Formats: sequence, C-alpha cells, structure tokens
Amino acid sequence: MTLSTIPSRLPPEASRTGISSGLRGMASESPVSLILWLALALGAAWILPGLVSWALLDATWVAEDRSGCDPSGACWAFIVNRLPQFGFGFFPPQERWRAAVALAWPVVALAIALGPAFRGRSGLVAGALAAYPVGATLVLWGEPLGLPGVGTAQWGGMTMTVYVGTVAFVLAFPVGLVLALGRRSSLPALRVLSTVFIEVWRGLPLIAVLFISVVMVPFLLPPGTELPRLALALVGITLYTSSYLAEVFRGGLQSLGKGQAEAAAALGFTYWTAQGYILIPQAIRAVIPGILNTVVALFKDTTYVLVVGLFDFLNIVNAAVADPHWLGLANEGYIFVGIVYWSFCFLLSRVSARIEWDMARGAAREART
Amino acid sequence: MRLNRTKIALLAAGSAFLLPAAAVAGPTLDAIKDRGELNCGVSTGTSIGKSTLDDQGNWTGFEADFCRAVAAAILGDGTKVNFVPLEFKNAFTSLQSGSVDMLARSATWTLSRDTEFALEWAGIYIYDGQGFLVSKASGITSARELAGASICVTSGTTTELNLADYFRANGMDYTPITVSSPDQSIANLESGRCDAYTNEVGGLASYRLGLSDPDAYTILADVISKEPLGPVVREDDQQFEDVVEWTRHALVIAEEFGVTQANVAEMAATTEKPELRRFLGAEGEFGAKLSIPNDWAVKVIQTTGNYGELWERTLGSKSKANIGRGVNTLWSQGGLLYAPPVR
Repeated sequence: MTLSTIPSRLPPEASRTGISSGLRGMASESPVSLILWLALALGAAWILPGLVSWALLDATWVAEDRSGCDPSGACWAFIVNRLPQFGFGFFPPQERWRAAVALAWPVVALAIALGPAFRGRSGLVAGALAAYPVGATLVLWGEPLGLPGVGTAQWGGMTMTVYVGTVAFVLAFPVGLVLALGRRSSLPALRVLSTVFIEVWRGLPLIAVLFISVVMVPFLLPPGTELPRLALALVGITLYTSSYLAEVFRGGLQSLGKGQAEAAAALGFTYWTAQGYILIPQAIRAVIPGILNTVVALFKDTTYVLVVGLFDFLNIVNAAVADPHWLGLANEGYIFVGIVYWSFCFLLSRVSARIEWDMARGAAREART
Repeated sequence: MRLNRTKIALLAAGSAFLLPAAAVAGPTLDAIKDRGELNCGVSTGTSIGKSTLDDQGNWTGFEADFCRAVAAAILGDGTKVNFVPLEFKNAFTSLQSGSVDMLARSATWTLSRDTEFALEWAGIYIYDGQGFLVSKASGITSARELAGASICVTSGTTTELNLADYFRANGMDYTPITVSSPDQSIANLESGRCDAYTNEVGGLASYRLGLSDPDAYTILADVISKEPLGPVVREDDQQFEDVVEWTRHALVIAEEFGVTQANVAEMAATTEKPELRRFLGAEGEFGAKLSIPNDWAVKVIQTTGNYGELWERTLGSKSKANIGRGVNTLWSQGGLLYAPPVR
C-alpha cells in the first residue's frame, strides 16, 4: 500500500520496559532509587518467609473438609475440592468438556496471538473470536448440536465469566464502531441518534442496566414469555460496552489528520472503502490500549451477572466460602480469585502489548518501502 | 401537536417503569405447572444452614429444602426447583417482576415491608431473634449476666438499636464496640476485646463456625428481638399463597402426628385416624381444594421430612451449624409452631 507513505501520525511507541530493563538500569541508578530498591527488598524479606510457609510449606492440599486442614497453613484443599465447580459451574460432570471448550476457546486464541508469528495468524485469531458468540453458545447449550441440553442456569464459574466477557466484547466491537462513525457522521439524524444512544448507556451504572434488562423487560413482554435471564443480561452488557468502545474508537478516528480522508477521496475512495481500508485500521491501531482498558473493565464487570441470579467466578467462590464444611476459609478463596483474575488481565495486557509492537513494526516497515 | 405527541410517548415510556405491581404473568400456580418447575429465590449461597451450595453444586439448607417442599406439593417432585440466587436488595423486585415465583430468602417479616411492597408473607417458618455469642471460658450463661460487658455489634444495624433497648429496659450498663463488619467483630471476640458478639442467632451460629476453635464458644439461649423469617409471595395471587402456607403447615402437622420421611408412605396406606387420612390424601379432596394433587402432603414429607427432621438436618444437631430449636418447636411442647387442622 503506497497510501501509507503519508503518515498521519507517528507510529505508536512500542513499550519495551520490564524487569530486564529495570535490572539493566540498576547500575546507573540514583541514590534515591537505590534506597527504594533496598526498601523493597527489605519489605519482601519481611513478608515473604511468613507468606511462603503459610501458602506453601504448611499448606494442606488434600482434605475432606476444613477439620482435615492444618490450621497453621493455607487450606488449599478447599480450592482443589471445588475446582470443577469454580471452573465449570453446575455443568453435569459428563458434559464438562463442553464448558472446558467454551472456557479454553478465547484463551487459546489469545495464546496464539502471543505465540510465534505465522501467515494468517491475525485472521485466525480474529475469526476464532468472531465465531465465539454463536459457537460457544451452541457448545454450551448443546441441543441444536444433538448433545444433551444444558440450561443457562447450570452455566457458571469461570466459564460464565469468560463467556459473558468474550461474547459481550465480540458483539460490542462492531456496534461500537458503527456508533463511533455515526457520531461523526454528517447526517444530523444519525449523529443525534448515536450521541443519545452512547450518552444514555454510558451514563447508566452497569448494575442498573442489568437490573432494567432483567427485571423491567419482563414487565413489557407479553405475559408467559420467559427469556433466559442470561440472554437479557448479555444484551444489557453488550450495549453498555459498545457505548464505551464507541468513544474509544471516536478518539482514534479524531486523532487522524484531515488529510487522510481528503487524500482518500481525491484518489476516488468512497466513504466506506476509505473508512475500511484507511481510516478505521489506523484509528484502531491508535487506540489499542484504550480498547484493552475497556476489555479489562468488562472482564471484571461480568461479576454483576449475579444481579440476574447467575454465578460468575467471583460469586461462585463467594458462595463456596459459606459452605458449612469449609467455613472460615475466605482468605484462601479470595486469594485464589485474585490470582485468577490477575492472570487473565495480565494475559490480556500482554496480548495488547504484542499487537502494539507488531503494528509498530509493520508501520515502520511500510514507512521504509 | 408535535410536542404533545412527544410528551405522550415519554409519558407512556415512563409509566411502563412505574407500574411494576400491575402486570404479573398469569396465576402463579398454572405457570408453575406449565413450566414443570418452581422458580424459587434463595440467597446467593451465603446463608449458612438455610441456602448454601455443596461441592456438587446442589443447594442445601432449610430454605432450599422449603423450596423443594413447595415443588413437591405442586408437582409431586421435589427436584423440580429452579433455584435463583438473589441478592437481598434485588429480591423483592425480582419477585414482583415475576422472575421468581416465591422467595425463601431469610426475609424478616415487618409491617413496613408487608405494606410497602405488593408482597405477602405466607406465614413464618423460622422464629429467629437477636442473641449473643460468648466464649465458654467467660462462664456467662445468660444475657442477664452481661451487665458491664463490652459487646461487639455491627454499626448502623437494627441489632445495634435492639441491643441499646434491651440494656436500657433491664437497667444494665455495657460498652458497645461497633465495627462495620461481622468478620471484624469475630476477630475482636477472639482477641478478647469484647466479651460477647450480638447478631441474629442463625447468623451467630454460622460465624461461630468460622472461629479458629468454634467449640470454645457458645450462643446464649436468650433472644432479645423478634426476627420472624418466612416465605414471600406476590400479594395478588391468593391461590398460590395458600399452597405455600399449607406446605409449611404440612411440615408442622406431620411432626405433630409423628409422620416422618421414613414412615409417611406406610402411614398414608394404613392409618385409621380420620385427621391423618384427610391430611395424607386417603380421604376427601383436600388437595383439590388447593388445586394440587390430593397426596400433596405425602410428597412434601417424602421430600424433606417433617419440620423437626428438616430442622435437625439443615440447622440442628445433624448439621454443622448445630442450632437449638428454641421457640421453633411444636405448640404442644411450648414452642410457636401451630398449624390449623385439615378438614
């Protein structure tokens, strides 16, 4: 593409900071910085031994209930015992592989995005994600595929969190893009409509959106109709997320110079081809960190599905903590939740950094040609 | 003209949100029979002894079993329950909107709740009240011995007010140690900063289990407030309310007559007692009067056992919580459980 020789903006700076550069830089540290490092090391020396003996050395990994746990250490047996439930919710044991598929699908896609580059990789990842809403719903529900049907009330745990987060993101992405374009449209009706839509959904708390979609919507439906609560919740979360994404995309579109659209028009591009080939790709490239920010927030917000009576990962752990057989193990439960959420968000942030880096390299290569 | 139309549209849209009580989907009982399942609102798995999840994902506890009993009465099968976990703040609205048929969710029956929401308490299944958790080492055996004690209480709750009322009424002094969460109170009790922790007895029993040595602590028998818990239904469906109410009565009647999970089938077939024959559906059309099968009571008792069995299994001596029945015993034994006759 010779068109990209007109750089509208500098390619994003690839962030390459990390532990390695931190250590490398230590030789040239200022005294203040050295003191900070020392303080960190002392802090670690103070906390770590107790933590290690509690979390690892004195920990119990296998037990029937809490009384089987060594009280001086962590009772990870509780987590081990509940792992299938935390992961797959109330899926019948012989059908759990389906929940595992729905859970692993986006994770594997992200892992491919992080792995070594190959021809068609981005297409494969994008395709896997685009197919997720329909694909995962079919796998989990099962009936249309001739598998035993599993109702949404039985979905739960990490599967629920990943399913809701991924489906809402994949569906909200195009909606957000259209809204962003609509808000910048020269047609007043379209502009007003998009603006009102974005401002309304963005102005409501997610918990209220869910409440309205699940409690109020049934009032408006003809009596006797019963929609799965999960479907209502998904619509609410998708619209909510799309309004946030729309504003992120709009930021990207606004960062492009006017010259881009004008040059495209001069070369005979129509509105849609100019958007599709020139403006949107550059805009998205500019706002990858913003998109990731929205995804991480969405991933954590999925816990609000409890409002509609569904157990996501956090709330299934929360419930397990109250099991009379395992009472008093809130620390273990919440530490586990924290580690899992953090791992997922860290994976997302690595993927985003990787995409930025790849794109920066691509842009640099294009600029040379 | 154009303005008017906009206004009307806005009003219509607005009023759709203002008429929650008016639009409830058909008679509840028919909806449950059509669906083949009872939608029962329970806690989010955090109500120890009442509704929690076991490691197989099954709901256990007194209130979860009460849902099963109602399903058994209507559908003849106690497994036909769709448990809907609800946070307390959403529970009443969810019931009004029709997304659940009933609540078995530790809702205290009060005058304002009864009148402000379009809801109805179908009787009381647990008479709870505020009590005290003390260490056995302290030697305290009655609330009257707490004069001058420091007492842990959660701030901003009715328990804090009840505590003040009780001590003032009895002319005793005390030092309240108010913190914002039960966990902190438990930590304070364990470290000896307070001599007693006060909360509802059901809650105390479960917090006790979270202590590092639960057996070193005990709950005093005295109760200083009324916290009647019962199943909640929509106000506009008397028929369904009757079914829920009589399910609760069935548990009590069964205990009164010594009908248990084990002997109910045999009793239904062989008993000569007229009252029992009516109750168990061997005589008369009493189920039909409630629009449910005549052997409804047999199914209920087969599912959960009688009230005593249900209590002991979920809250009492056969459970981890191990709460004494207190006033939750038959009227004939000095308790508050009393059921009208089946006739």
